[in-house]
Amino acid sequence: MTGALTISGLDCFYGEVQVLHGLNLDLRKGEVLCLLGRNGAGKTTTLKAIMGLVPARSGSIMLDGHDLTKLAVHEVPKAGVAYVPQGRRLFAEMTVAENIEIGLMTRNKGSQTRESVLELFPLLRDRLRQRSGTLSGGEQQMLAMARALCLEPEVLLLDEPTEGLMPSMIARIRETVTKLRARGVSTILVEQRVDAVLSVADRVSFIENGRNRETVGVGRLRKDPAFVQRYVGVG
Amino acid sequence: MSFGPHLLLATLEGLVTSAVLALTALGLSLVFGVMRVVNVAHGEFFMLGAVLAWWIASLATGHPAVGFLLALVVSPLIVGAVALVAERLVLRRLDYNPEATIVATIGMLYIIQQLALTFYGPEARPVEAPFSYRILLPWFGYSGYKLSVIAFSAILLLATWFVLTRTKIGLVMRATQYDRETAQAFGIPVGRVYAGVFALGAMLAAIAAVLIVPIQQAHYLMGLDPLLLSFIVVIIGGLGSLRGTVVAAVLIGLSDGIISVFFSPTLAKIIATLIVAMVLVFRPQGLFGTAAR
Repeated sequence: MTGALTISGLDCFYGEVQVLHGLNLDLRKGEVLCLLGRNGAGKTTTLKAIMGLVPARSGSIMLDGHDLTKLAVHEVPKAGVAYVPQGRRLFAEMTVAENIEIGLMTRNKGSQTRESVLELFPLLRDRLRQRSGTLSGGEQQMLAMARALCLEPEVLLLDEPTEGLMPSMIARIRETVTKLRARGVSTILVEQRVDAVLSVADRVSFIENGRNRETVGVGRLRKDPAFVQRYVGVG
Repeated sequence: MSFGPHLLLATLEGLVTSAVLALTALGLSLVFGVMRVVNVAHGEFFMLGAVLAWWIASLATGHPAVGFLLALVVSPLIVGAVALVAERLVLRRLDYNPEATIVATIGMLYIIQQLALTFYGPEARPVEAPFSYRILLPWFGYSGYKLSVIAFSAILLLATWFVLTRTKIGLVMRATQYDRETAQAFGIPVGRVYAGVFALGAMLAAIAAVLIVPIQQAHYLMGLDPLLLSFIVVIIGGLGSLRGTVVAAVLIGLSDGIISVFFSPTLAKIIATLIVAMVLVFRPQGLFGTAAR
């Protein structure tokens, strides 16, 4: 399998504080790679660094032979990386249709993309004129994913998409991730809880103190829960 | 003149003030709404628009309408270009830091003002109105030009509303306003949007100034009043709210016109300032603003 996205030796800082220490990560084409780790380990920062929202001081992020760290921030999504931020970050004052429109404008996609995205989230079709801030949490999450999929991305970044949702919604979000995997979208998924991951991910990277400690297949993780205990266990 | 016609005259005068004020305040409101920059030099962009209008009109020969129309097109373009340069050279280098940009725009205020004094001089000079038709009402005659100022401002406000709510440019501007970081994650070049918005804000002030020079004269200190009134309007209406800006401009313009005619201009200013204080105490987000998230 070839790599969809390769991060090597990434250093990132918030002001003077170093958050990522030479992080390496390798996303394969068509897989779901999950980043697991405790609060403050650097999972969200890794995603923000890929988007260029946190500048990389050194290291590289290669997509299709291009180094994303060399691009202007707004060029990164145009290169084919779509981002579903933590807390969804919809344009809350805008309607559902306008949020989708912004997604479509990113890479000049047209009505065909719009249709295929709405097919994935039929619920949104009835809400197009509604202000997105008034949607329920689960619906907002779907819209955030729909907006990102309007880019027809090569790589999709999902930051805690199931956070704060009720179980039936969590199940639907997982279903969607599985569907996208079947379509060949390579996904990096950030999660806090291991049980949210086992059913959808191919491999899991354990992030600790801004480093990728270990990347293991889900099969191995199921057999040997000691990994989880070591990197995300309490106490 | 009896009370009724007197009130009508005061209302018309107030509406002219409202129309020009709405355009100026809208520029200030857009810049703050999208960029979070308090542009203290906004009034100087207004003044620059007026002074340039005089200069352009004085170059043109023939019918006064030729010079005026030329000024209406060219003066806002020059002011927009000046604002664009200021944005690139100053505001962007400060990373749009709220405190630093206030100080920087105060500096811009003095630079523009002193340049105007140096090259234009301390005189007040009028621009001839494009037409001098007077509408004869049963009680008094009223300048047709003043009525056309009201109409033209209304059309411009509607056009701005249309651009903001119905076009892709407006969508991009609003996305930048609501969430700069997420906008970037969807390919929006935030820096270029900022530059465009700052230029647009200055151009709205310049258009308002060109409209007003046939009524008031162009003078290098004329920027102070529009700046103050724009801040008053924007605070009352709610920052970043187009509807609030228009409603507050009409409110302030009308009360200014009517109170000035029947009582005194000073009382009008006192009342406007009092309204601002009341709004700040009881509804700090403004009449139509949404509370900060």
